[in-house]
Parts: sequence; structure tokens; C-alpha cells
Amino acid sequence: MNARSLSRPVVACMAFIGGFCIMTVEMLGVRIMSPYFGGSQYVWGSIITVFMLALALGYLLGGRLSTRRPNPVVYALFFVGAGLLCLPLILLADSIMHPIFLAVPDPRYGSLIASVVMFFAPTCILGMISPYSVRLLVEHRDHSGSMAGLLFFVSTIGSAAGTLGTSFYFVLWLEVNQILWCAALALAAAGAIILLSAYFSVLRGVK
Amino acid sequence: MNLFLDNHSPLEGESAKRGQRPKLSRWGVRSLGIAPALCLALAAPPAAAEIIHQERSIYRDIVVDQTGPRRCLIFNVHRGDRNQTCVDVDDPEKLVFTYTRMTFAGLLLQPRPQRILVAGLGGGSIPLALSDLFPDARIDVVEIDQAVVNVAEEFFFFAETDNMQVTVADARNFIKRRGLEGTQYDYIVLDAFTGDYIPEHLMTREFLREVQTVLAPDGVLIANTFSTSRLYDHESVTYQFVFDEFYNFKLRRSGNRIIIARHAPLPPRDELRQRSRELEDSLSKYGIPITQYPSRLSTRIDWNMGSRLLTDQYSPANLLRDGHR
Repeated sequence: MNARSLSRPVVACMAFIGGFCIMTVEMLGVRIMSPYFGGSQYVWGSIITVFMLALALGYLLGGRLSTRRPNPVVYALFFVGAGLLCLPLILLADSIMHPIFLAVPDPRYGSLIASVVMFFAPTCILGMISPYSVRLLVEHRDHSGSMAGLLFFVSTIGSAAGTLGTSFYFVLWLEVNQILWCAALALAAAGAIILLSAYFSVLRGVK
Repeated sequence: MNLFLDNHSPLEGESAKRGQRPKLSRWGVRSLGIAPALCLALAAPPAAAEIIHQERSIYRDIVVDQTGPRRCLIFNVHRGDRNQTCVDVDDPEKLVFTYTRMTFAGLLLQPRPQRILVAGLGGGSIPLALSDLFPDARIDVVEIDQAVVNVAEEFFFFAETDNMQVTVADARNFIKRRGLEGTQYDYIVLDAFTGDYIPEHLMTREFLREVQTVLAPDGVLIANTFSTSRLYDHESVTYQFVFDEFYNFKLRRSGNRIIIARHAPLPPRDELRQRSRELEDSLSKYGIPITQYPSRLSTRIDWNMGSRLLTDQYSPANLLRDGHR
């Protein structure tokens, strides 16, 4: 398997799912943290700051990783890894936030620390998806800009859809943890689709 | 402090929408062509509402306006809004809003509170009256917005005292911490909902359980809540789940619904009547018709019992209030 064993629509779909899940988790951030730190503007501030920093680092690391034998397996691992890192949000949120709440009286810093602990790792991994996707689709230097543009486009559209879907509808239909389970499963499924798609394209290549 | 519906109440006529004139003068103007003389006689020119203060906090736009002696605190005026609280500057002790007076029905269950918590300051009329009534009681007020505290102090006669302190914090955060410290209150007023945006984390089963932890064994919880929209059902089943039973207090004059709950089963109505007579004199200067309240405290279930409980996992209160599905 090599960089070219994934088709453009598959990579674009995956970038969409990555963007979607980032914002779904981010939008749920305040709901997860408000029982401990309230719903004030600074809680949003903490969450957005942590997401920005995590994405920044994710972009950097994803770009670096893409220079070393880019392949679908690593790509799939980003999705599976991010999905797994969503599980502590579901299973351990209270055990994470309670000691922070006790130790830090100021809810600004309490929410900031809790955001780092809960959201940094999954968001960082989700951030790696974009630059890695670009590398998987770029074959010539000439069209690298247009591929990057396409992927930013679909992943940002995914983010917009994730934001709207979560804040308008999902919270009305589902519990917070159910939404997080869906996001984690969607990410795991994305990883599986990448592997299957790469596997079949290799098979076709052999024939 | 709150709220959103007193001002929609046609009987009370809190025309909070700025620019909206009192009903009489509108009627007068419309009929001007028909019977000018009569109308001119009837339609006294409406006292113009004068904006005496305006500021923008991180949560909302705050406007203080005054019409004659009535001074009102309005949040988010651009959206056509809502009096949070009003005072009569000539008679500041008198409680202007029906719902504010209604919260004092809590005294029927706990007539001599010593440790009071008020979540949501607004113009401060509830804590001021409580501190006036019970000068020895310790009163904690928690308000999320420092700007509201400043405005209450500057324009609504509110002042902290040795016994009454304001903490600028989120009520959930504050109450959770008091619970861990083991602080208890025998009189808790939840009045933290603006009509504009409901703090969804203050409506859940988990939050009410935290309130229960800080509620003393003989304490009473008074919550100013919603009387319209689907949220009424959701909120009712949530309070019922946590407290088993509660008094549902609604008056036709007000669009608000006051929930009154405690740990112990609710007292017999005779006891409430007896208490109301004892309280009558001390409450009359605030304009609280306490003797009319006992017969209005209802335990009848008039909500949809099948509504979904509001929890930390599921609390789309703002969407539910607006009737979305």
C-alpha cells in the first residue's frame, strides 16, 4: 500500500468526517464542563483555545508524518486513535473534572485545565488528518495547491455541518454521551473504510 | 434576576418593548378622529421612558430606563425585550412585579430563614426585601454578571451589608462548592433565568440534586420558572423526579410559575393559612398579598408526565422553550 492507494472521493469523505467530528466534540464541550465550571463565556474561551492549540500542533505533526512514507494505514490510525481518545470524554469525564474542580477554585483556570486534559489529545490527532490527506492526494507539485484547497474546503464544510447539526438537532434528540459515542464510532468506521478501500485498490492493482 | 413573562402579562401591562405606549393612549390616538374631545380628555400624554443608563456586559446589553417614578432594568433591549426588574423610586420597598412577590410564598413553609441563598440578582429587589425582613439572616447572592451587580447598586438601591454578600460566579459552580463545604441554606431562591437565554445547566436533575444538598432539612426552595411552552412539562417532571412533590404557584396576573419545594412532605393547607396570617403585617409594606397565596399553591399535576427529564446529558432548554423538535 502506498500513498496513491486511496481515491480522491474517499480521502475527501474522510476529511469531511474529521472536520465534522472536531466540531461536534467542541460544541459539546460546554455541556460537558458546565456542571463543574458553569456555562460562562470563559468556558467557551477555554475550549476554543485548547481546540486551536491542539489543531495547530496536529497540523504540524500531521505534516511532518506525511513526509515519511505516507500510507493509508497511518491515515486510518489517526481516525481510530481519535475515536478511542473520545472514549475518556464519555467514560471518565466526571473523574477527570471533579479533582480539577476541587484543586482549582477559579473556574477559568479549572475549565482551561479540564479542556486540556479532555480535549487536547483527540483534537490534536484530528488535526493531523488534514495535512496527511493533502499528501495522500498530491501527486505533482503543480496541483498541490488545488488538492490542499479541495481538502480544506471539504473538511471545513464538515466542520460547519458538525457545528450546526450538533447545536441545532443532536442535542435535542440525543444525550451528550450518545452523541459522543456516535462521533467515536464514526471515526472508527472511517478508519475501517480507509483500510478496506486501500486493501481493495491494492487487490485491483494486482489483477 | 428574571424574567421574561411578567412583561408579557396583559393585566399587569409591563410594556417592556421600548417605544410601546401604554394601552390607553394607543386607544386614544386611534380613535382621535372620531371623538377628539373625549380622546383628548382620556389620553393623558404617556410619560416618556427615559434611558438613564446603558452598558454592555459580556453577557448582555443592560439598559436602565425610567418612566415617571418607575425605573426598570432591561436586558437585551434590541431584541425587543424584557424588564428584568422594576422599582418605584418613590416607594422602593414595594415589589413591582407579581412574580417577585410570589417568591415570598416560600415564607409559608419557612417563616424565619436564617441562612438565605439567592441565585440571580437582577435589580436586587428580592434580596433587599429579604434582608429588610430578616436583618439577622445571612444572605448569599450569586450573580454571574458583575455589570448587573454594579447597576443594581447604582440604580436599584441595592447594597451589600455585613450580612448580605454578593459573589460574582456561575450559580452551578457556587452551589456545588457550597455543597462540598457542607454549607446549608434554609431559604433558597433560584431566579437565574433571563427570558433571553436559559442557563441549561441550571435546569437539570443533577443540578437540583446539588441544590438539595445545600438545602437544610427544614429549608425551602423557591424557583422562578417557565409557565408556558414545552419547557413547562420538562421542567415539571424534573422537579417532580427530584422532590417528589412541590407547590406549583401560578397567578393569572403573571406569566411566571413559582415552584416551591422542600425535603419533607408538604404541610397541610391549614398550616399555610395560619402562617400567612402571621406574616400578613410584616409583608404588607412590600405589597405582598400573602394571605391570598395559600389557596393558590397547587399540587395538581397539570403537565405531561411523559415528558423527558432534563439531565446534564439532555438539557436543550433553549430549543425546547422555543418549541423545536
